[in-house]
Amino acid sequence: MKKTVFFSALTLAGLAAGAATAGTLDDVKARGKLNCGVSTGVIGFAAPDANGVWQGFDVGVCRAVAAAVLGDQNAIEFVPTTGKTRFTALASGEIDMLARNTTWTYSRDVDLKFTFVGVNYYDGQGFLVPKSLGVSSATELDGATVCIQTGTTTELNLADYFRANNMSYEPVPIETNAEAQQQFLAGACDVFTTDASGLAATRSAFEKPGDYVLLPEIISKEPLGPLVRHGDDQWGDVVRWTLNALISAEELGVNSANIAELAAAAGNNPEINRMLGTEGNLGEMLGLDADWAVRAISVGGNYGELFEKNIGENTPVGLARGLNAQWTNGGLIYSPPFR
Amino acid sequence: MSDVSFVRTEMQPEKTPPASTVGIIGWAHHRLFSSYLNSAITVIALYLIFMLLKGLIPWIFSPTWSAASLGECREMIAAAGHEEGACWGVIRDRWIQIIFGFYPVEYYWRPIVTFLLLFVALAPVLFSEYTPPKLIWFTGIFPFLMPWLLWGGSIWTPLMIMAGFAICYFAFKAIDAAAGTIPALIGSVLALIVWWLFLASPVASAINNIIPIELGGVESRNFGGLMLSLTIGVVAIAISLPLGIVLALGRQSHLPIVRMMCVGFIEFIRGVPLITLLFVASTLLNIFLPPGTNFDIILRVIIMATLFSAAYMAEVIRGGLAALPKGQYEGADSLGLNYWQSQRLIIMPQALKISIPGIVSSFIGLFKDTTLVSIIGLLDPIGLSNAIRADTAWTGIVWELYGFIALLFWVFCFSMSRYSMYLERKLKTTN
Repeated sequence: MKKTVFFSALTLAGLAAGAATAGTLDDVKARGKLNCGVSTGVIGFAAPDANGVWQGFDVGVCRAVAAAVLGDQNAIEFVPTTGKTRFTALASGEIDMLARNTTWTYSRDVDLKFTFVGVNYYDGQGFLVPKSLGVSSATELDGATVCIQTGTTTELNLADYFRANNMSYEPVPIETNAEAQQQFLAGACDVFTTDASGLAATRSAFEKPGDYVLLPEIISKEPLGPLVRHGDDQWGDVVRWTLNALISAEELGVNSANIAELAAAAGNNPEINRMLGTEGNLGEMLGLDADWAVRAISVGGNYGELFEKNIGENTPVGLARGLNAQWTNGGLIYSPPFR
Repeated sequence: MSDVSFVRTEMQPEKTPPASTVGIIGWAHHRLFSSYLNSAITVIALYLIFMLLKGLIPWIFSPTWSAASLGECREMIAAAGHEEGACWGVIRDRWIQIIFGFYPVEYYWRPIVTFLLLFVALAPVLFSEYTPPKLIWFTGIFPFLMPWLLWGGSIWTPLMIMAGFAICYFAFKAIDAAAGTIPALIGSVLALIVWWLFLASPVASAINNIIPIELGGVESRNFGGLMLSLTIGVVAIAISLPLGIVLALGRQSHLPIVRMMCVGFIEFIRGVPLITLLFVASTLLNIFLPPGTNFDIILRVIIMATLFSAAYMAEVIRGGLAALPKGQYEGADSLGLNYWQSQRLIIMPQALKISIPGIVSSFIGLFKDTTLVSIIGLLDPIGLSNAIRADTAWTGIVWELYGFIALLFWVFCFSMSRYSMYLERKLKTTN
């Protein structure tokens, strides 16, 4: 019987192929649900809570897009993807967008045919060492044993860095972050290296976080951001400008507390008025209604609020804004104007 | 003659055996301390077990059931004066999720009912002598009831799929009477295909508009945890056994095309790791199928797991067939039985009996292999353990989660293994 179902599914698939897909935006509206690819669990960025509700910084971007397009932050199918399945899931159309700590690189953008719509977190590879090692700089790590996740860009960055500084190291290959934590605490390696945000999150779960230090060197650029398929620029614009709306909102002082008031009537700041749809027709240009940005910002607040709630200094992850501060505060977070 | 006899006329009363050979002492003397070497091994083993338990028991009995985060656990352990201990708060917080995944809370009764009905459906097969014979009808209905309960939707869809079998039967009867067996066979199969592909779903939705009997739909994405493992495992087990029998018979067939197809299938599937097949299911099919196709991921995984298991099952059963003496086949032939009669009455009952241990270990292996789906992003218990660790409250927890999951799997695998031993004893015909 299963075989019959299989073949009938194939037949139906063949029929469906005839009706060529319209734009992703229309598909999402027709479906009434956004399929958003997230990770299977990265602390602070995406994880289901005890009630099965997805929470996190990347999840916040998904919810903002769903609210902007469909008017409901819960009209989302979260599709957990692993490092191995994420790109095929997006390329094959199983998901509409991917918000999964994915580094924007040349080959992913150009060769894999994706469009990175922006950066929601500037990360970089760092080193975590026990204080007892007595090391204060990564340049003193000659001959160290290093716990490193296999098959990732971090492995290549590490090799590059040690070669450039004419140092040697002994890799201890590991598969998952949990394994790395165990190995590092058990003393199987002197150094644990991965993205600095991951190191901070890992250290926060240690029994004695104070016994370990993050070295000051950041040896790679890891701009993480949401991405969509090549070739559907309208959908890419929707995701890009939803993210930009969250960023601009923080810059312009729009937050979840005052947005209802600001959106009620046009105020003194023309850019806020244009963004929130009280003036002009920006929403219409995007194929959405005038309130799209209001809904996106109302879900979890602006970029800064999402950051503070999920990964900021008052959370156990405890990341400082650093590079991810607004450009007005010396960071790299910068949105093109709403005009 | 005197009464003196030279042979004892009454039995000596039995003496109790020496204390060193009976009871606990005797057992210990025989089994544990029968020689210097064995005594030394016993002492060393006891010491190792003692050391293990000494570490493990205080760790297990740690007063952290009510903790809401790993930090709280550590405070509780410190307050209780222990050095270290398990943090069971994570199990209290997440055990429902580990069992049901993301299944909607208001529908939890459905997987529970399905699980209980599974045993009702299995009873006539597993314990045939204790159950009323009519119950086998329920076993026949269950494969249609189960998807309806788990995925929801209209009850008419499974009913219409069942109706396909009735249509197939009546088509066969009608054409058989009119045109003979071979056209009847072809005609009935055609009728079945046409019905399932084109008519079943419109008819089902038409009836549903008149008499709507529906359960709320649940999407496959919401399946997770142990429920997902059980769904994949049970369906794959149930389909792979008959499929495996067919493949094993096909491999021994005298018809060259049938034989080559079966050998090709078995050798191909056995030559490929399961994880490769799962990647094919999750990513490659996505690329081959046209964009926008929604071919259920769980169905894809079940198909792959079933095919994988069927290939192994075929080889296990072929082992059983090969172990039968040739005389059994010749005896069946000499009684004038045709191929299917001799398989059903003589060959299969014996071959399957010989293969029971192998079949059950294949089942157990398949059930445990379902955890591999975590690699393609399905949140089975292992996948969920990763997701739970990504919660800020529980980062850094490892052993408690794996221990709990291991316990869940152990319960099912151990029961299967015990049942197989019971079945072997029941079917034992030698003395």
